[in-house]
Amino acid sequence: MTPPAPVEVAPAEVRQPDDDIDVRPDRPWKVIVWNDPINLMSYVTFVFQKLFGYSKEKATQLMLDVHYKGRAVVSDGPREKAEMDVFRLHEHGLWATMEHDD
Amino acid sequence: MAPQRPVEPSGDGTYNLNLREDERALIAAIVPDLRAVLADNPGDEMLTRLFPTARPDDPDAEAEYQEMVRDELVSKRLDRLDMVAELAEATVLDQEQLAAWMGAVNDIRLVLGTRLAVSEEDEVEFDEDEADTPESVARSAYWYLGWLLEHLVEASASEL
Repeated sequence: MTPPAPVEVAPAEVRQPDDDIDVRPDRPWKVIVWNDPINLMSYVTFVFQKLFGYSKEKATQLMLDVHYKGRAVVSDGPREKAEMDVFRLHEHGLWATMEHDD
Repeated sequence: MAPQRPVEPSGDGTYNLNLREDERALIAAIVPDLRAVLADNPGDEMLTRLFPTARPDDPDAEAEYQEMVRDELVSKRLDRLDMVAELAEATVLDQEQLAAWMGAVNDIRLVLGTRLAVSEEDEVEFDEDEADTPESVARSAYWYLGWLLEHLVEASASEL
C-alpha cells in the first residue's frame, strides 16, 4: 500500500497574517492519483478514460505511472475544477488528492 | 463451446449478465452487508478506502472537503448498492445499471481488501481446498469479485 505520504512542503515563506487568502483566481492545482494494491489496473484505466475523456493510450500510461511510480498527475486547473475531479475519482474509489501546482 | 463471459454487450446497447445462481447468491448476500455499514456507520474503519483524504497537506481544507462531499459520496454509494440488490437476478442490464454494478462491485472489493489487509506483494489467491473460515470466505469473495469486475470493466469499455 502506498499511502499519500505527507507532502513535503518547503519551509513556509514569510507569511503575513492576511496571506491565507489567495487572491489569484485561477491558481492552478493538480490532481494526483496514488497507487493502491486493490484497484484493478483495467478499472483505473477505464476511470481515467471515462472521467477525463483520455485516449486508451494516455489513460494506460497514467495508470502505469500510478502503478510503477506510485503516483501520477491526472488533471489540473483552478481549485473548483480540481475539487470536482477529486470528488469524481473518490466516487469511483480511486485514491486522489489535490495540491498547489507550485 | 467457449466459456460464456459473465457480462457482454448484447449488441443493442444493453448487456447480458450471465451469472450462475451461486454467483448471484453471493452478490445478494454481500450487498446488504455493505449497505448496512454505510447507512448506519459510515465512519467505520473498514470503509476508509471509500472516503480518501483529498488534502493531506491541509487539515482545515480537508475538513472542509469532507464536509462538502461526505453525504453525497455515501448516498451515491447507497443508490448503486440498492440498484444492484434489485438487479441481483437480472439477465439484461442497461448502461446505467452496468455502471452501478461496476461501482458497487468495486466498492465491495475495496472494503474486503481493506479487511483482508491486501498489500502490493500479497496476491490474493483462490484456494478451492481451503477450509471455510470467515477469512477464507472473504478471500474467495474478493477473488471472485475481482474476476467479475474485470469483465464489467471490459464490457463498459466497449462503449467508450
